[in-house]
Amino acid sequence: MPLLEVKNLSVAFGPHVAVADISFALERGERFGIIGESGSGKTLTALSITGLLPEGAAMDGSISIDGVPLPTNEKAMARLRGKRIGMVFQEPMTALNPLMPIGDQIAEAIELSQTASVAHIEVPPLLKEVGLEARHAGRFAHQLSGGQRQRAMIAMALASKPDILIADEPTSALDLITQRRVLDLIAELCTRRQMALLFISHDLKAVATLCSRVAVMHDGVLVETGKAQSVFGAPRQNYTRRLVAATQFKVRPLARPPIGSPLLSVEGITRDYRQGGLPFFPAKALRAVDAVSFAINSAESLALVGPSGCGKTTLARIIVGLDRATSGQITLAGQVYHGSDLPNGLRRDVSLVFQDPFGSFDPQLTIEQSIAEPLRLEKGLTPDQRIDRLIEAVETVGLDAAMLRRHPHEFSGGQRQRLAIARALITKPRLLVLDEPVSALDMSVRGDVLALLARLQADFGLTYLIISHDLDMVRAIADRVMVMEAGRIIEEGKPGEIFANPQQKLTRELVAARLPELSG
Amino acid sequence: MILFRHPSLWIGLGATLAFAVLALTSIVWTPYPIAGIDIAVRFQWPSAAHWLGTDQLGRDMVSLIMAGTLTSFVVAALAVAIGAGIGVPLGLAAAAWGGPVEWLVLRMADFVFAFPAVVVAILAATLFGPGAMNAVLAIGIFNIPVFARVARGGALSIKTLDYVAAARLAGLGNWAVAFRHLLPNIASLIIVQSTIQLSQGILAEAGLSYIGLGTQPPATSLGLMLRDAQSLFLLHPWLTLVPGLCIVLIVIALNLAGDGLRDAIDPRLKRRGSPHATA
Repeated sequence: MPLLEVKNLSVAFGPHVAVADISFALERGERFGIIGESGSGKTLTALSITGLLPEGAAMDGSISIDGVPLPTNEKAMARLRGKRIGMVFQEPMTALNPLMPIGDQIAEAIELSQTASVAHIEVPPLLKEVGLEARHAGRFAHQLSGGQRQRAMIAMALASKPDILIADEPTSALDLITQRRVLDLIAELCTRRQMALLFISHDLKAVATLCSRVAVMHDGVLVETGKAQSVFGAPRQNYTRRLVAATQFKVRPLARPPIGSPLLSVEGITRDYRQGGLPFFPAKALRAVDAVSFAINSAESLALVGPSGCGKTTLARIIVGLDRATSGQITLAGQVYHGSDLPNGLRRDVSLVFQDPFGSFDPQLTIEQSIAEPLRLEKGLTPDQRIDRLIEAVETVGLDAAMLRRHPHEFSGGQRQRLAIARALITKPRLLVLDEPVSALDMSVRGDVLALLARLQADFGLTYLIISHDLDMVRAIADRVMVMEAGRIIEEGKPGEIFANPQQKLTRELVAARLPELSG
Repeated sequence: MILFRHPSLWIGLGATLAFAVLALTSIVWTPYPIAGIDIAVRFQWPSAAHWLGTDQLGRDMVSLIMAGTLTSFVVAALAVAIGAGIGVPLGLAAAAWGGPVEWLVLRMADFVFAFPAVVVAILAATLFGPGAMNAVLAIGIFNIPVFARVARGGALSIKTLDYVAAARLAGLGNWAVAFRHLLPNIASLIIVQSTIQLSQGILAEAGLSYIGLGTQPPATSLGLMLRDAQSLFLLHPWLTLVPGLCIVLIVIALNLAGDGLRDAIDPRLKRRGSPHATA
C-alpha cells in the first residue's frame, strides 16, 4: 500500500479549473518531484494534500495516507499535519514568525506533535541536524541569512518526525551556493530518516538532482510521469521536450559585429551606505561597492556574477544613473559622470532591463505610454516619427504593434520582459544593462528571451552588461565574466576558462554549486 | 457588478446621494422659505402641511433640514478640497524628494496635528469674525496633514517599484514622476480618505456651529439647528432629534461608502487573473 495516494484530484475556483483530475502515489522513503511552471497547479496540489487550500477553492477526488482518507474535520486534519506531514515553503521570511526566536518556534512544533514532553532537550540536536548551531536558537528570523532561515524551516518540519516532507520551491528565493547546500541537506535528511519527499519546483535540474521519480504538470494536468532518468532522458511529450531543451540555454551562434574599443570605463567606483546613527556620531558606513574598476568594449557581452548582496545591482544602478557613487568616476563616450549626474544627453545611450517584469510597468498606463517614456530624451521628434519608433521597437522584440494600446496586466511574464526590452531599446542605446533578465521568467520562455537578446546584439551591435547569478545563462551569452564578492571584483576572464579553472574560493564554490546537467 | 459584491458601498453611496439630492434641491426650492418666521404655527407636530413639524419660530423643519444639510455638505466638501488640494502635493513632494523636504512636511504636519480644528476655528473667528467660511478654513487646515500623510505613505511604497526607476532613467524629474506615476497609483487611497474626511468634516462643522463659531443665522446648518433646539430639549425633544438623526445618518452613510470603496478598489482583489495570483 502506498504511503500517500492521490486519486483523481481536481481543484477549481468557480468555473476556473486549476488542477484537473490528477492521480499519483508516493511510496515510503521515495523522492517524488512535481515539475511545472507558474500557474500549472503544482502548489495547489501540495496544498490539497495538507488540507490548506485557499478559501473559494473546491476540491474533488480522494487523498489517502496509508490507505486512510484525509479527515474532513479541520481539527483532525491539523493533528495529522502536525504528526505525519512536514512542510517547507518558498519564502522562509514570511513563513517564520518574526517576533519569536526560531528555537522557540521549533520547540512549539515539537510540542504540537506530542512526540516529546520536554521540547527544549530536542531542539539542539535538531538544529545540529539541519546544520545550524545551538546559538542560533535565540535568534529571530531577520537575524538569519536566507539559507539559515530555510534550515530553521526544515528543522520545524522535521520536529514531528514526519513520514512525508513536502517542499514547495524551497530554494528559489536563495542564491546559487545556498541553493545547492539546502538541496544537499534535504537529500541527506530524507536518506537518514527514511522520509518520503514530495518536491515541487520549476527547476528541472534541482528535481533531477533530488528525485528518483517525477511528474510534469502543465495547465493543471499531469502531462507525464515516470522515472527521472526516462522522463528527462527520453521525454515522450512535446511539452516535456520543450522544458528539457530550455534548461540547456543553447543560443545559436550568430554573425556578430567585431568587439571594438572601450565604450564605458569604470574607475574606482565606491558606494557607501549610511544607516541609523545620530547627528555628529554617524553609524559605521556599509560599503556596498568597493573601488571597482573595469571597462566594457563596444559590441561586447560582459557578465557580472556573484552571490546575492555582493553589490552587483548597486553597481548597475550607478552605471545607469539611478544611484550616485561615493567616490570614483565613470567615463562613457569621453564624458565623465558619477552616477545620477549622468547628463540627459547621454541617458539615451544607456538603458536598463529590470529583473521583475511585473513591477517594471506602471499598471495605470498603456504599454504605449510606458514604452514611449524614454523618447522624451530625444528632442524634436514629430508625432509620426514617434509612432514609427514605437512600432519599430515593439516589432523588433517580436511582438505586434496592436499590443501598444493594451495595459500591462494583459501580458504574460515573457511578453512583459520583451516589452521591457523594447522600452530599453527605443532610444537606440549603445549600452544595455540587463539585471537578471531571465531569472523571474518561466523556464520555457527563458530560452526565447536569450535568443532575442543574442539576435539584437547581432543586428544592432549592442553592448551588454549582464548581472546574474546563473552561470549556465552566463556561459551561453557572455564573452567575458567578472566575479564579484563583497563589493570587489575578484576574478575576471572568458567564461570557458573561469568555469573550467576557477582561481578564487568563491568562484570555485559557485562552479561547484551548479546543478548537474540533465542526463540522458 | 461592483455594487452587488459590496452591499455596504451600495447602501452608503445610495444614502449619501439621497441626502445630497435633498440638499441640492434646497437651492432652487424648499417647501417654505427658511427665513419664514411664523410664530402662530410654532412647535407643531408633523402634519400634511409640515412633514417634520415646525420649530420655535414657526419655521418649517423640512425646509431647515434641506438647507442645513446643504451647508454641512458644502462646508465639509470645501474643507476636503482644501485638505486634498494642498496636502496631496505636499505628501507627494515629501515622497519624491525625500531628505529635508520630507522632514519639513512631516514636522509641519505634526505642528498642525497638535492644534484641534476647534482651536484653529477660534483663532480664525477672533481674526475674521465667525461664519461658515471660517469653519471651512479651520476644517480644511486640519485636513491638510491627514492627506499629506496618506499621500506620502502610499507614494513611498510605489516609489520603490521598478517602473518609477524606469521613469527616472527616461529623464523624468521629481514632479513628473510624482504626477505621472505616483499620483494615479495612489488615487484610490485618496478617494477613500476623502469620503472619510467628508464625514469627519460634517461632524466638525456641526460641532463648530454648535459652539457658535460656524454658520450664522439667518443661514442654517445641522449644527446650528441643534444649538437652537438645545434649550428646548426637555419640552420639545423632536426639534433636537431631527437634526441629530440627520447628522448620524449622513456620517454612517459616508463611512459605509468609504469602507465599501476601500473593499471595491482594494488592489489585492483587483489583481485577480494576473499570473502572480495563481502561482
